Amino acid sequence: MNTKNLSFRTRSIHVGSNRDPQTGAVVPPIHVASTYVLPGAGEPSEFDYARTGNPSRQRLEQLVASLEGGVGGLAYSSGMAATHGAMMLLKQGDHVIAGADIYGGTYRLLHKVLNQAGIEVSLVDTRQIHRLDQAARDNTRMLWLESPGNPLMSITDLEQCCRWAKSRKILVGVDNTFATPVLTRPLEFGADIVMHSATKYLGGHSDALGGVLVTSQTEILERLHFFQNAVGNVMSPWDAYLVGRGIKTLELRVREQSSTALRLAEFLSQHPRVRSVNYPGLEQHPGYEIARRQMDGAFGAMISFEAGDDFSQAKTMVESTGLFQLAVSLGAVESLIEQPASMSHAAYDREDRLAHGITDSLVRISVGLESFDDLKADLSQALDSMD
Amino acid sequence: MVSPSRDVKQVSSAEPQGPGLSTLSVHAGESRQKPANSLTDPIVCASTYSFENSQAIIDYIEQDQQRGEYGRYGNPGEWVVEQKLAALDGAEDGVLYSSGMAAIVGLFMTRLNQGDEVIFFDECYHRSREFCTKHLSRFGVVTRQVKACDYEAMEDAINENTRLLVSESPTNPHLSVVDLERFATIGKKHQVDTLIDATLATPYNLRPIEYGVDYVLHSATKYLGGHNDLLAGVIVGSKEKLEDVRKLRGIMGAINAPHSIYLLERGLKTFELRMERHNQNGQAVAEFLADHPAVEKVYYPGLESHPYYEVAQETMRGFGGLVTFLVKDADWRQTANIVDHCKIARIAPSLGGVETLIEQPLVMSYFQCTPEERKRFGIQDNMIRVACGIENTADLIQDLSQAIDQATDS
Ligand SMILES: Cc1ncc(COP(=O)(O)O)c(C=O)c1O
Ligand SMILES: Cc1ncc(COP(=O)(O)O)c(C=O)c1O
Repeated sequence: MNTKNLSFRTRSIHVGSNRDPQTGAVVPPIHVASTYVLPGAGEPSEFDYARTGNPSRQRLEQLVASLEGGVGGLAYSSGMAATHGAMMLLKQGDHVIAGADIYGGTYRLLHKVLNQAGIEVSLVDTRQIHRLDQAARDNTRMLWLESPGNPLMSITDLEQCCRWAKSRKILVGVDNTFATPVLTRPLEFGADIVMHSATKYLGGHSDALGGVLVTSQTEILERLHFFQNAVGNVMSPWDAYLVGRGIKTLELRVREQSSTALRLAEFLSQHPRVRSVNYPGLEQHPGYEIARRQMDGAFGAMISFEAGDDFSQAKTMVESTGLFQLAVSLGAVESLIEQPASMSHAAYDREDRLAHGITDSLVRISVGLESFDDLKADLSQALDSMD
Repeated sequence: MVSPSRDVKQVSSAEPQGPGLSTLSVHAGESRQKPANSLTDPIVCASTYSFENSQAIIDYIEQDQQRGEYGRYGNPGEWVVEQKLAALDGAEDGVLYSSGMAAIVGLFMTRLNQGDEVIFFDECYHRSREFCTKHLSRFGVVTRQVKACDYEAMEDAINENTRLLVSESPTNPHLSVVDLERFATIGKKHQVDTLIDATLATPYNLRPIEYGVDYVLHSATKYLGGHNDLLAGVIVGSKEKLEDVRKLRGIMGAINAPHSIYLLERGLKTFELRMERHNQNGQAVAEFLADHPAVEKVYYPGLESHPYYEVAQETMRGFGGLVTFLVKDADWRQTANIVDHCKIARIAPSLGGVETLIEQPLVMSYFQCTPEERKRFGIQDNMIRVACGIENTADLIQDLSQAIDQATDS
């Protein structure tokens, strides 16, 4: 089937899920074999050993590559394994510029792992292009972006950053976990690599760990694959199946969760006990105009806001919800709530946190699929419980 | 934590009160704090369960505790899904089976004794009919079939041996819609239990329990699982009416497998979203076909031309993804040609998954029947059944349109 001209949702259901030629199964089998019988000694075959390639994983890779509009993709055992996979394109002496608002695990990878391999990093507020100019060096090889950023939902203009990087022959990688290809397709803006923690929206059901890289260039794909095969951080066929199954409802979930999130953000911004709301779909959000251009018809399902007056009030709030569950991670059908200062960003120094705008009363929610009315009632009673 | 609070007589076309349908699909039946504090339910594969000591066994029996004993009697994942499904249907309890047929058989084997009679509306899944006529008959159970939605004929067929009134709604593949109020009232009046196989409707579109129907059955293989990747069946109803049903299942052994149960639980999380899309696609495809010059007739309860349009408007919230149509002036081969030219829709039996499926009943399910039998079951040579998935509507219409064009050209 030629899938090029099919719409996004139809592709999410059919790409990589062709009718199984052997059994006719409407849903392709989960291939668990670790090795494959070869046609003859030394003769090539499509699959030989599962670290190198596996049909179930390959289907997922084709699917995400189609949704992101890339030449191909690779699936990893976790989001961090995927980010690490992309960073393997660098070598000793190279310099990376990364957004100041990136995921904490990426921060840790850059500052505590890659630095040992002689790779340097600068964190920059990527909303301001002159900051990139200031940070750029002769040895800058990669720009790593995240939009919306975490946990303040800062919006980076991907097109502008990619243009900036192109003129300097700097590779651009975008962690598209928060936006998902439903809302943003960074390769269309000129990025070279897109990364996903498939653990989040792609899988969507809090029950699989995974990461995916998609690239716009065959040469990059081949190098990434070489490294992945050498290192071995591949996604298991079971997880690949669950993530692929999740993607069949990706567009429905992301659009529904985003529309609930917008209504919740509006509700929160009217609430007397909420001091500020970070959501790119609110007109007062500094990234609103860029988000409208860059995000396809919705603004995602992540919100952060400042609740109450101090650490303990916010702590009380996050511990008082009935539907929102107190847990890190995001992107699934179940709504989650957390306090960055005590959970996702607890490893940072308090001063560092404050410098990044992560106050003690900041609360982050991942809006799930539950009904708006139920979620609103839950937040409302939890906010009241601070008194 | 979340339990459905609903008014029994509430109009079924409205959103249920209490938690919304998606909130129920995501949370109902699950405990908030799970083993190892994991956010999702673990898949418990154990075939058997251990007791701390002998007293614990005695307590388990004497206090009728719900806990694992032996895999054939139940599984922690199964209890969650049963409660979730019961909540979605507004019922008290549910019993899960390894397939929809296992659920039907399980209920019949529990409720019907030698000499008992069961009355069917005659449009139904062909295997349900086959089980009654070929197998229940071996145990001395009498099956009477009356024309679908002929309530008077059904009432006339009741005698003192009648134990169960059965119908699908909508029926497969003609999509006739039952007036549940009348159906349930006949049962109550004659003190005969009623069963609705609501597989094609799902609890999103139809809520038979609210009309006083005793048992609702679903092949969860279809919309409830929703991804064409598991087999399951469920019967919901009151605890009292299901007690014996559950006991017999433990003996017959038609229990579902932990992995399938997990996939079902996972599939249910997006149930409401998927159903909205199935309904949208079904309606749009039906309207497209109804306007198409190469189409003779369309069966879809959401079309005004459908004989049960009014009943459907009253009892259903949406009309599902299944659309049946007749191709104008076509023999079976020309009809098959359309099916064969589809590129998105795949040729397969079943329905209710995210992938669109298409079939010609003559070839798929009724090939072995004589022409007379097919005539009696209303299966025409030029009939096609499309089970719309959740792809984009425009893509599905384009696919059918090009298939009809190509087939009529060649
Ligand atoms: C934006 C973002 N990128 C990357 C990751 C890392 O992904 P994983 O946990 O799958 O390794 C996460 C989540 O933990 C994330 O939120
Ligand atoms: C209306 C209806 N009832 C029951 C069944 C049987 O269910 P299963 O295939 O899960 O056994 C089916 C489908 O096969 C069906 O369409």
